[in-house]
Amino acid sequence: MIRALMILLLCQLAGTIVQQATGLPIPGPVMGLVLLLALLIWRGGPDPDLHATAGGFMKYLGLLFVPAGVGVVTELQELKANLAAIAIAIPISSFLGLAVTGLLMQRLSRGRKHA
Amino acid sequence: MHSLLPLPFFHVWSYLQTQPLLGLTATLVTWEFAAAIDRRAGHKPFTNPTVLSILFLACALLITRTPYAAYFNGAQYVHFLLGPATVALAIPMYANWQAIKTHFTAIMISLTAGSITAALSAMLIARALGAPHEVLISLGPKSVTTPIAMGIAQNLGGQPPLTAVFVMLTGIFGTIICTPVFKLLHIRDWRAQGLAAGTAAHGLATSRMILLNETAGAFGGVAIGLNGIVTSLALPLLVSLFGF
Repeated sequence: MIRALMILLLCQLAGTIVQQATGLPIPGPVMGLVLLLALLIWRGGPDPDLHATAGGFMKYLGLLFVPAGVGVVTELQELKANLAAIAIAIPISSFLGLAVTGLLMQRLSRGRKHA
Repeated sequence: MHSLLPLPFFHVWSYLQTQPLLGLTATLVTWEFAAAIDRRAGHKPFTNPTVLSILFLACALLITRTPYAAYFNGAQYVHFLLGPATVALAIPMYANWQAIKTHFTAIMISLTAGSITAALSAMLIARALGAPHEVLISLGPKSVTTPIAMGIAQNLGGQPPLTAVFVMLTGIFGTIICTPVFKLLHIRDWRAQGLAAGTAAHGLATSRMILLNETAGAFGGVAIGLNGIVTSLALPLLVSLFGF
């Protein structure tokens, strides 16, 4: 578990260093994700330790959002002031996102066998 | 609140507010409680334990008039783990690598188009309805999984907590409407359903797809990671192109 955590943190650190050095708008952890994915493809998959630790993170991913989400208490004024914009923008854009992705993917992958 | 407490309790309370212990413990206790409610209710979209926990803790802070900073003093230890958890998303993406490779072109075109449509329409609608710059930027990454969305918002000068709320709302709404939308538009292909759910409404809608079909779940997982990368790249361009 500690070795797996070390690998994850090293990837995050490398990604963050690249982000800070280049000023690219991609968050450091996302660059770390890409780096780890490249490593996994190169090495042929995660070892059991990394697999188990990542599984633990995935299982409790929902918990990790909580502290930031509670930050909503500092944004209540902003939410209230823009209630109509938010209440209309989120449903319509979610519908459009689902429709465009789904229709295109169904059309483009038609006839190809299931992976 | 403080003046209502007997003096010894007031001392204990003031002391705990300066320590990380209470904020961290409260986060874990609330999570366990919310997860139990979600289990009892049979994992409904509106009993999502993340949403419930945020609701309970936010109410607790408001009622006890605890500043967010005092709570975050403890909760930051949970928050920090979002970084390595984001990196760990590489493992499920690797597990679906074969599926990504086989359908690479179709996935990239559909996902990029859907991702840009969702982000752009949200920001344009909100701008038309008078939302300020900060809200628009925070709204842009709402279809992306929370840790990545908050990172994107931070980088572009938005409000990460506001983004976290928008991501949750999008996830809940997307989870509720995805199956009816697929029926309405005759999207029957499981690969298309999974990819659409993961692209438009991240892990929340994907977790519903996993219950319906294994292929749909795998494509949802692929979409979560890829959309994080695509939105990281595309959103700064959209923001400068459309002057948000």
